[in-house]
Amino acid sequence: MRLSPLKLLCRALAWAIYALLGVGIVWGLVALVRMNGPVYFFQAVVDGLRLGFVYALIALGYTMVYGIVRLINFAHGDVFMVGAFASYFAITRYGWSFVPAILFAMVVCTLLNIVIERVAYKPLRQAPRIAALITAIGVSFFLEYFTALKFVFSADFITYKRPFEVVVWKIGGVMITNITVIIIVVTTLLLLVLQYIVYRTKMGKAMRATSMDNAAARLMGINVDGVISLTFAIGAALAGAAGVLYAIAFPQIITFMGIMPGLKAFVAAVLGGIGNIPGAFIGSLLMGEIDVLVVSFLPMGSRLRDLFAFLVLIVVFLVKPTGILGEAQVEKV
Amino acid sequence: MSFAKADKLRLPAWIPTLLVAVAIYVGVWYAGSSGLLNAYWYQVVQIAAFTAISALGLNLIYGFNGQFSLGHIGFYAIGAYGSALVTKDYLAKWSGSQVGGLSWMLAGILGVIIVMALIRLARFGRINARVRAFLGADLKQHELGTIVVLVDLVLVALTLALGTVCAWALQRALGWALGALFGALSPAVAQVVVFAIALLAGASLAAVVAYLIGMALLRLGSDYFGIATLGFAIMIYTALQSSDLVIPTMKGARGMVGIPLWTTWSWAFGALCLVLIVMRNLLYSSHGRAIVSVREDEVAARMMGIDVAQSKTVAFAFGGFFAGLAGGLYAHLFGFLHPSTFNIVKGFDPLIIIVLGGLGSMTGTVMASILFALLIEGLRVVLPQGSEDWRFVIYPIFLLLIMLLRKQGLMGRTEWGWLRAPLPPARDIPVPDHLALSVAGEHKEG
Amino acid sequence: MKRVMLAILAVVTVMSVALSGCSTPTPTPKPIPTAIPTNAGAVVPTATAAETASGTFPVKIAIVVPLSGDVKTFGESSRDGAMMAIEEARAAGWPIEVVLADSKCDAQEASNAANKVISEDGAKYIIGEVCSSASIPISQIAEAQKVLQISPTSTNPDVTINEDGSTKQYVFRACFLDPFQGEVMAALAIELGAKKGAILFDVGNDYVKGLAEYAKASFEAQGGEVPVYEAYSKDDSDFSGILGKVAAADVDVIFLPDYYNKNNLIAAQIKEKGIEAILIGGDGWDSPELQFELFEGGYFSNHYSPADPRPVVQDFVSAYEAKYGAVPDALATLAYDAARILLQSIAEAGVDDPTVVAEKMAAIEYEGVSGMISYDEQHNPVKAAAIVKIEGGKQVFYKFVAP
Repeated sequence: MRLSPLKLLCRALAWAIYALLGVGIVWGLVALVRMNGPVYFFQAVVDGLRLGFVYALIALGYTMVYGIVRLINFAHGDVFMVGAFASYFAITRYGWSFVPAILFAMVVCTLLNIVIERVAYKPLRQAPRIAALITAIGVSFFLEYFTALKFVFSADFITYKRPFEVVVWKIGGVMITNITVIIIVVTTLLLLVLQYIVYRTKMGKAMRATSMDNAAARLMGINVDGVISLTFAIGAALAGAAGVLYAIAFPQIITFMGIMPGLKAFVAAVLGGIGNIPGAFIGSLLMGEIDVLVVSFLPMGSRLRDLFAFLVLIVVFLVKPTGILGEAQVEKV
Repeated sequence: MSFAKADKLRLPAWIPTLLVAVAIYVGVWYAGSSGLLNAYWYQVVQIAAFTAISALGLNLIYGFNGQFSLGHIGFYAIGAYGSALVTKDYLAKWSGSQVGGLSWMLAGILGVIIVMALIRLARFGRINARVRAFLGADLKQHELGTIVVLVDLVLVALTLALGTVCAWALQRALGWALGALFGALSPAVAQVVVFAIALLAGASLAAVVAYLIGMALLRLGSDYFGIATLGFAIMIYTALQSSDLVIPTMKGARGMVGIPLWTTWSWAFGALCLVLIVMRNLLYSSHGRAIVSVREDEVAARMMGIDVAQSKTVAFAFGGFFAGLAGGLYAHLFGFLHPSTFNIVKGFDPLIIIVLGGLGSMTGTVMASILFALLIEGLRVVLPQGSEDWRFVIYPIFLLLIMLLRKQGLMGRTEWGWLRAPLPPARDIPVPDHLALSVAGEHKEG
Repeated sequence: MKRVMLAILAVVTVMSVALSGCSTPTPTPKPIPTAIPTNAGAVVPTATAAETASGTFPVKIAIVVPLSGDVKTFGESSRDGAMMAIEEARAAGWPIEVVLADSKCDAQEASNAANKVISEDGAKYIIGEVCSSASIPISQIAEAQKVLQISPTSTNPDVTINEDGSTKQYVFRACFLDPFQGEVMAALAIELGAKKGAILFDVGNDYVKGLAEYAKASFEAQGGEVPVYEAYSKDDSDFSGILGKVAAADVDVIFLPDYYNKNNLIAAQIKEKGIEAILIGGDGWDSPELQFELFEGGYFSNHYSPADPRPVVQDFVSAYEAKYGAVPDALATLAYDAARILLQSIAEAGVDDPTVVAEKMAAIEYEGVSGMISYDEQHNPVKAAAIVKIEGGKQVFYKFVAP
């Protein structure tokens, strides 16, 4: 087939653009690595990874609950805070070690979230979704301000005593602490357990069915209320574990600590495709990397970090409106 | 509006509403000026009024149009800073002349409008189609796409350049014209005019930003849209913290001072009435019916030939306008702006208010705003000394109780008085009262 | 050598006071006696500055501080410090009524709280707020309603001056301004031989941001270099990106102008990154909650040194410890001084009239925990800064810097 010169030119133009983009990206990456040396670059990547795994832990619980009940559970960040405090008391008051402390925090959070679900969400199951969102905000405020009272946790900035010493390894100049390793291991473990529960067990099947169609699931004999309660319990256990690891990574706790990590983790979950467990994971890692790399490499990055992070979110949405791994929503007519 | 001949004894709905409004206005005004209502409560009443304005804006977006937005506080911030920049300029000339900030802002708004109009006039769709038709058969799909994007980019750059030139020229002209206008007015009149222009400029800025954001994001699904707008609000918040790098007088995180204290009860109440009138008339116009139909069923609305995208962006822009107006009133009541006032947690307030009042009820929003202000401030007065920290423990308990006891909010979707949907035009057959009532009563939870 | 001697002397004095629990009366050069209880067990004062100036008429003082929200703990410290001064005056027979109001460190809440205590409760004097962003709206109300405001800790110049540069007649503060403290920090770094410095600050907190800006300007003016000048936000816990830059820049000093809580987090991560640099901070460091082991060898400028042998300091520290079971932090100290400045001014005025009291306050000569205080034209205190070194896990007095 013969092409006219103009069309040939257009084709050349298109390929020139591809080449330019490709060269630009490669050149940019090389420039990034060379700007402050490879150690600097990989250190930033490792730091971003750690932050990303912390976000992932919170995001997993968020996305679980959202996937089943379509509720943006704003109280999740505050359950996360209670988990951190529970482990703090376990460690400093009773001298427990890491594993019992994290299990204790998970149990406390599970119980707490079951109570919250009974009181604040269950009565609103037939009401519009927004009603439950408002009660979630109410629960969030309540937990923050109630626990800040003198006789509960107090409003002090409490230094969190780590249950083990920090060990730093140097691999080719890049520093990795045992905290990073523990966070990555625990998060991966919980992710796998979650995947197993959702995709390999009968309960998980019921969850997925409820997520797809609440009413149909009920008709098929699934105890939808039970499934939802269980979802909240699992989400809370994840929040508890996340709280402990967060406090170990950043050893200071206060009753308002849950708001911002909770929000960012939720945004990360949405970035990856809300309701999708691997999506939440990928979104969180991306968010963590953006946070650290923007600060490390862009001028004024530290001032405008959140601006960049959300710009990425909006750009992703414009390209793929349901997030990276999100499935296109089928409009029910 | 003429009512049914058979219904002559019935008062038009606007008469009692007007009477109540006048009574509230005069009552508060008298109580405030005579000292019955001390400075504290007088301020709380004004806060309730502009909170209602902002919440009405969100109700238009979420309650009536069904678009879940968490970024309302961003528009509130834009309106607050925008109007404050204008009035501060008038008093302190931070930009070098009394009207520098204002003329730049207006020129910017007009520039955006010009660019939008140009883009619409240029008919990108048709140009794209021509390019596709010309190259279509011979090039691969992705090559074609790249070329089209390139063509679009060049076109956008051209319109942007043209818009910038227009805006620059407009700024010159506006600066001269506004300077002459302000110079000609007597100081007392000028203050009123400047304040009104400042409020409108701030609100228009918010509306234009809302329009652009809406255009880009409103095709997202409901919760995705909510998160994207949340991101927008966080971006505004972050930008405000470093705003002193661009406009030094905004002072970033140090807080903007030197804003005149011009908001009074009359301004706040007048703005609230204006917003209610505009919103009511918008909602019961054909545009408004389109807006509400999008909430009820987007697919059905589209099939009925409604331009869904446009009705969404229009509702969003109006909502942003109202939020900006409220922000302007806020700025001139407190005379001080700090980015922390516009953080995300504060952004939940209007959402809480409209759900408490009833999604899709203007009456409910106004009532809930008053209730909200009274609750937060009433707790401050009621709680005994030494237990101040219980205030925000009790407030969420109230919130939970109200939500659990009245799932549909205080008013559901019903309205009161003149805010109700107007009756159908006069007919010869008698319209009995119970039918008139059922028109309003039909708007139940769907 | 002299410094070491002074430090040792100071430590010995603290120890002796703390252990024996009895006062070491040193004559003070100023005419106003400031004998405060020194018995660690009893809080009943014997005499106060206010009493000597015979304040016996009832007054109503409002304390407007954040009593809820994420900086509640700052508000509680301030409230405790101010209440201690007021209770001492009360015990001396002065009928003072106190109104507490929560302002959440927020402009709108603070404005409402100030209006409430003035209009509802009839308070004529306000102690507060902690944050400048909340103090500025209060100061506008105070000016309009002719109510005296003294802020213990708000460092923004706009708190006491109007937009046109004139001084607000009714508004004072008890802390020093960012420019002075920033200079003190920078000069100290230069004195320690630092050439390259990193500055980390909270972009949303005007106190921290102001301190950072002035420290940077002053450090650069004195020949220093600031290759890392990075911001973070209030809710950040992860500083690895910024600290990566710090590590790469190989700096001699790191300026941490934030409050102790954020600095604990940053310093822990500095340790983990293995960065060796001297840490320098401002009065935000002053808290028993500061994790001294992380800041070993660091310096911070403060309003006073707990090791200062002056009885007013020692009495305050021991009385505070006895009452609240903790060492006072900078917030409590400044609130205590602010309350005492206010009480002394009221007593000197002799009438319950904020206008007269404001005149007296503008001309006050007050000796407090944070040193000799008098006010300049813009109602900012003129007082010396104490530099404290962290050595062996405790605070050691280093030197005074006069303004």
